[in-house]
Amino acid sequence: MASLATVDGNEAAGRIAYAASEVIAIYPITPASPMGELSDTWACAGRENAFGLVPEVIEMQSEGGAAGALHGALQGGALATTFTASQGLLLMLPNMFKIAGELTPAVIHVAARSIATHALSIFGDHSDVMAARATGFAMLASACPQECQDLALVSHAATLRSRVPFMHFFDGFRTSHEINKIELVDNEIIRQMLNQQAIIDHRRRSLDPDHPVLRGTAQNPDVFFQAREAINPFYQAVPQIVQEEMDRLAQITGRQYRLVEYSGHPRARRVVVVMGSACGAVQEVVEKLLEEGEEVGCLQIRLFRPFAVEQFVNALPESVESIAVLDRTKEPGAVGEPLYQDVVAAIHEGWSQARPAPRIIGGRYGLSSKEFTPAMVKSIFRHLQQTEQKRHFTIGIYDDVSSTSLPWDEDDWREPEHVKSAVFYGLGSDGTVGANKNSVKIVGEETDLHAQGYFVYDSKKAGAVTVSHLRFSPRPVHSAYLVRKAGFVACHQFEFMHKLPVLDVAAQGATFLLNSPHSANQVWDRLTLDVQQTIIEKKLDFYVVDAHRIAREVGLGGRINTIMQTCFFALANILPRDEAIQRIKDTIAHTYSKRGQSIVDRNFAAVEAALDHLQKVEVPQLANSQLHRQPAVSQQAPDFVQRVTGMMIAGKGDLLPVSALPVDGTFPTGTAKYEKRNIAQQIPIWDADICIECGLCALVCPHAAIRSKRYPVEALAVAPNAFPRRQANGKSAELGSALTIQVAPEDCTGCGVCVDVCPAKSKSIAKHKAINMQAKQEHLEQQKTQFDFFLGLPEVDRTSVTTNTVKGSQLLLPVFEYSGACAGCGETPYLKLLSQLFGDRALVANATGCSSIFGGNLPTTPWSVDAHGRGPAWANSLFEDNAEFGLGLRLALDVKRDRAVQLLRSMSDQVGAERVESIVGSQQYSELDYQQQRQRLDELVQVLAGAEGADVEQLRRLLNNLARRSLWIVGGDGWAYDIGYGGLDHVLASERDVNILVLDTGVYSNTGGQASKATPRAATAKFASQGKGIHRKDLGMMAVSYGHVYVAQVAIGANPAQCVRAFHEAESFPGPSLILAYSQCIAHGIDMTTGMSHQKDLVKSGFWPLYRYDPRKAEFEDHHPFHLDSHRPSIPFREVALKEARFAMLARTKPQVADRLLELAQSDIDDNWHYYEQLADIERGCADLETMRANG
Amino acid sequence: MSFDMETQYLGLQLRNPVTVAACPLSGEVAKLLELQAAGAAAVVLPSLFEEQIEHDELEVARMLDLWALSSPESPGYFPELDNYNTGPEEYLDLIREAKQSLEIPVIASLNGCSPGGWVKYAGLIERAEADALELNIYHLPTRCSESGAEVEQRYCELVGSIKQNVDLPVSVKIGPYFSSIPGMAGKLAATGADGLVCFNRFLAPDVDLQNLNYEPALEFSTSSELRHALRWIAILRDQLELSLAANGGVHTSADLIKALLAGADVVALASALLQHGPHRIAELIQGLNAWGEEHEYESVQQMRGSLSLNRCPNPDDLKRANYMRALVSHTPK
Repeated sequence: MASLATVDGNEAAGRIAYAASEVIAIYPITPASPMGELSDTWACAGRENAFGLVPEVIEMQSEGGAAGALHGALQGGALATTFTASQGLLLMLPNMFKIAGELTPAVIHVAARSIATHALSIFGDHSDVMAARATGFAMLASACPQECQDLALVSHAATLRSRVPFMHFFDGFRTSHEINKIELVDNEIIRQMLNQQAIIDHRRRSLDPDHPVLRGTAQNPDVFFQAREAINPFYQAVPQIVQEEMDRLAQITGRQYRLVEYSGHPRARRVVVVMGSACGAVQEVVEKLLEEGEEVGCLQIRLFRPFAVEQFVNALPESVESIAVLDRTKEPGAVGEPLYQDVVAAIHEGWSQARPAPRIIGGRYGLSSKEFTPAMVKSIFRHLQQTEQKRHFTIGIYDDVSSTSLPWDEDDWREPEHVKSAVFYGLGSDGTVGANKNSVKIVGEETDLHAQGYFVYDSKKAGAVTVSHLRFSPRPVHSAYLVRKAGFVACHQFEFMHKLPVLDVAAQGATFLLNSPHSANQVWDRLTLDVQQTIIEKKLDFYVVDAHRIAREVGLGGRINTIMQTCFFALANILPRDEAIQRIKDTIAHTYSKRGQSIVDRNFAAVEAALDHLQKVEVPQLANSQLHRQPAVSQQAPDFVQRVTGMMIAGKGDLLPVSALPVDGTFPTGTAKYEKRNIAQQIPIWDADICIECGLCALVCPHAAIRSKRYPVEALAVAPNAFPRRQANGKSAELGSALTIQVAPEDCTGCGVCVDVCPAKSKSIAKHKAINMQAKQEHLEQQKTQFDFFLGLPEVDRTSVTTNTVKGSQLLLPVFEYSGACAGCGETPYLKLLSQLFGDRALVANATGCSSIFGGNLPTTPWSVDAHGRGPAWANSLFEDNAEFGLGLRLALDVKRDRAVQLLRSMSDQVGAERVESIVGSQQYSELDYQQQRQRLDELVQVLAGAEGADVEQLRRLLNNLARRSLWIVGGDGWAYDIGYGGLDHVLASERDVNILVLDTGVYSNTGGQASKATPRAATAKFASQGKGIHRKDLGMMAVSYGHVYVAQVAIGANPAQCVRAFHEAESFPGPSLILAYSQCIAHGIDMTTGMSHQKDLVKSGFWPLYRYDPRKAEFEDHHPFHLDSHRPSIPFREVALKEARFAMLARTKPQVADRLLELAQSDIDDNWHYYEQLADIERGCADLETMRANG
Repeated sequence: MSFDMETQYLGLQLRNPVTVAACPLSGEVAKLLELQAAGAAAVVLPSLFEEQIEHDELEVARMLDLWALSSPESPGYFPELDNYNTGPEEYLDLIREAKQSLEIPVIASLNGCSPGGWVKYAGLIERAEADALELNIYHLPTRCSESGAEVEQRYCELVGSIKQNVDLPVSVKIGPYFSSIPGMAGKLAATGADGLVCFNRFLAPDVDLQNLNYEPALEFSTSSELRHALRWIAILRDQLELSLAANGGVHTSADLIKALLAGADVVALASALLQHGPHRIAELIQGLNAWGEEHEYESVQQMRGSLSLNRCPNPDDLKRANYMRALVSHTPK
């Protein structure tokens, strides 16, 4: 009997790819990254492929690089594969044309994902694979995890025989991340399926000096065309080969697939044609409608390219009258989407029945993982009955602009009786998703039942809400949509009850389990009125358990997963209770034994305690709560925020009509402040008496939730009671006679970094600092009042502040606030500093990554505005092109400025030559100069007030560009060191006035901690699970080599003053500047609270030397442009490194490997330091400074 | 006639009375071999700390769990590795390897933090075939409501439960702070302890004047510290059959000789070895041998305890806790 497993689509496909390949080129991209990660992990563990060898798994610098390596490996005669999605696939296109053009057997596995258009989306649709359909790759679509495995194997088998390369794809997230029970194929079967002669032939065709050939020629008009047509027979053969391989697989496994699979009424009149995971919903509806006597059917497309016209037409019942073709993509301007067009063409070419050809309409659905449900399918089938049909429709949205959408009613569908479903609300950090994955495994692998798990996350990194959707059934579960009516609902965090519509998903009579600090007797009064009403109306069976208390008592901290899982099995009646408990324990033993017996023991204790503490709530007959659910945004918010943003925050974005959304992806900034997330348990409270006004707390706060303000004490006349302040003395009084440091209590994430860095301690209680973490609930109301008042206090006059000091910089308003970044994030303090110093004049080009997600993932953005409405203008183009994109912005700014100068000069007589020259000649490097320029421009507006004419009008619109524009190119090390390095290098070479800020975490943080070229030697990371073997790239020195680039390496926690200075110097430098900013990250495995003090140790160890290379000094000062700002290394790297789990884990797992790599890492550091010391002595000039000044 | 240096400790026959205390040196087999070559008669391995194991396990679990499965883009931030080596295996391997490599007895040392943990790890240590087990009990009472009797009770229950569950000879390394050390020693002996190590050097942290907090401080012992152990060993020797080890302050052969005269079966060295290296053992043994021969002792056995409380000529001086002028008697007794 075949072995059963519950795996997700990525793992199902990844297993086959690994087993069938010898070379695997990888690069992280959501949602395909897990296939690469698994390959790396398996290779490191020595797992063999189907040929008994461990494949070569290599991480490349981009998907373009991965495709190049793939192409090379194939030409070299290896069996090779890669994994990708979305923009990654686009970067592979040039090589894909080559690989196909050269008839090279290969498979690329794609977790299909939206391509960034008006916005990036990590979620699933077919826009990426459809963009690759012209490459000549065959395209085989899987609809569920079982197919992911089986059709992956068919792809590898068919490509060898056909020589046509294959793109095997499945829906990103919906299939790639859905776990489901599948029957595994083993290496023996994989070997059987791969044609040995075809492998020999592939090798024979490879580049080999013993049999030299020439490939990749340049051809002329005389032969190119003919050569291109020579390929046709191979494509004609593909459908039959694929079907044969499918048949062979069926012989071995009993699972029969067809290129196009029809299911439904044999004389169906209405048919839906669909590809990918949506087939599940369509087939369910067809089954149901057949029972009701309707003549409908579903045609599932598996082989999309080459399109098998004959098989397609033959599969359709000849009775068919109307067809709806569903495309999960959009091609603006096309007659219809790709599948629709192919179906139309196929019917046109292949329909040979006596009856008239069917009417065909096309519909778009499911873009960016938009839900596609049976109710929607029913609506489509209904529409196919109507005489008036929309030739091109949409389903799943309300299109009130172009009226494309079909209406549907979710209540029009009930899940079949045999399916038991459950929905769980949890926090990312509480282990809910992990526990549910386990539950699916328990049921799927240990019983005859089938099980499906799908998990939805919000886009915040701190305090992310997770929703788990589980189904169990005696039959295979292909319902690729969220649970709509659950028989079991669990809420793992009590505070969600006040924020989220948790019980909307509960079916009538469902069981509701709540993790509650309040007992069964007390909980009712703590619920909001609407929750009480729902519980009564839906007659819910209501249980509580105090999981947090149990977790604390058994020593599991905040991990409530085991407790909630136990309660679920105890209540949900999926398995007999005792059997379920035993299986939970078995799973605990299996899962946690690797981590240690004490973890196993504590989880066992949690299981027992959970059962003891589970309580049933006697539900009163009357709802009488005085509590009400909190509104998503305050009523003071602007109209757009209330109407649109607020809906998204409330989790109701699906209900927004097309007309509510901007047409071009443009959104207002300054919206994060309306999303009061209240995720901290503890917040910092300021003690004015102890404070030394250093500004460090505000500087390091990752969420701008600590503000310092200096203001005239008179402003306190209307202050709330006990509003804390310090009286100013001496020089600082000039800025304002009082100072207050204030927490934004509802925006703080409770990371505690501010307290960690606070240097001021009470003289009588050493642990009491000038800022201290305290329980939020005790302070919330007072702090809210204080914060509201604080916001209304006047801002300091920017021209009077010494902004190049830590203290001064922190008196400036941050216009980057309350991001969704992780608690304790090391990147955000730099962005906030940037926003304080230059926010009112900044443009930000942001590479895709963490900073683009916490910076620009809807519903809100932390980028904000000052009282004048000025603030950073922000855009994210792509991952790979950010430097070039930023340079383009610079060029546009310069063009606009030049045009404004030209116009202004032409009006010299009108406005006065002196005025013109003072405006044009202003450098605006200092705050005073900048503000004066603003004033001059205001005066210019006055002078031009009465003037008319086209030039005047143009000048009016352009003259703001005569105020300094500060152009920032921001991104992480994955961008700067790897995928975007070519562009970055080019921009550095350009001599243009751009500022490049690299938020260097040394890993691909956003995609989950894969190694980059910035990853330190000896650190473990994904794609480097045996420890990074090669040393970090020294990007700073590469830039220094140009001689005209300002380069600084900074660590805000280690030397904040140097960091602030570097930002100023970089900004005022007239050419390209590069700041490498050390940023701690959760992927380092450190206590994020102490992240800033940890930076000090890293600098002391010499791992991150601080320096500034200023070409201005080369020319005008002592000719020593390179200045080392940190001291000679004073502590061994090993000592510091082992405080980070990424190093410590290797030292645990492979002590000898760790010893060797750490020794090498120390040598790197010693050698680097020696090199830098010599650099500090060298004299160097910079011939380009004049030119750059002139340009700037 | 040569001087016979053999002694017995915890029922083990030792070639001489110099053993190596639990210390960083005894954690590596290569070092253990050097110590054996230098003449050590037995070694006590560094303590297996239950708290450390649990801490490590929790840290690994926390690290893998903390940010896992909270983002759609990443199931976690660390590669799942094959083995985190968190459990006691590394320690048990050290025991097994030491046993295989050494000829002298190997004594394991254990510091538990839960009643179940002590027994569990003692069992594992027994199965790894250590020759004996030293219990490194470290309880620091911090509440004024906690009585000495409760602390003593806790020690005895612990030793009792371990003796019930393992057949290994068990010694208890106690601190010098009990209201009545003989009373405590007597209770431990009655509970089944096979030996006492006098005494555990509890390391008190120091104040860091820079950061205004406490920081761990490790200082080497000095010979003068030995006097504490000398007195109590001399007092216990006559009353208890169990083995006695002098620990803390043995640096010279004179220290060694004094300890034996007071009644110790063995001495345990740590600071002396860390400061001077393994060859210090040879020097001590040589010194003992020379002294024994010079003073015409036949054996360690013979000299052992010859200065115990009952056998010494001036027991009053041994019992006196504070300096006072010598009492001179003018009349015959």
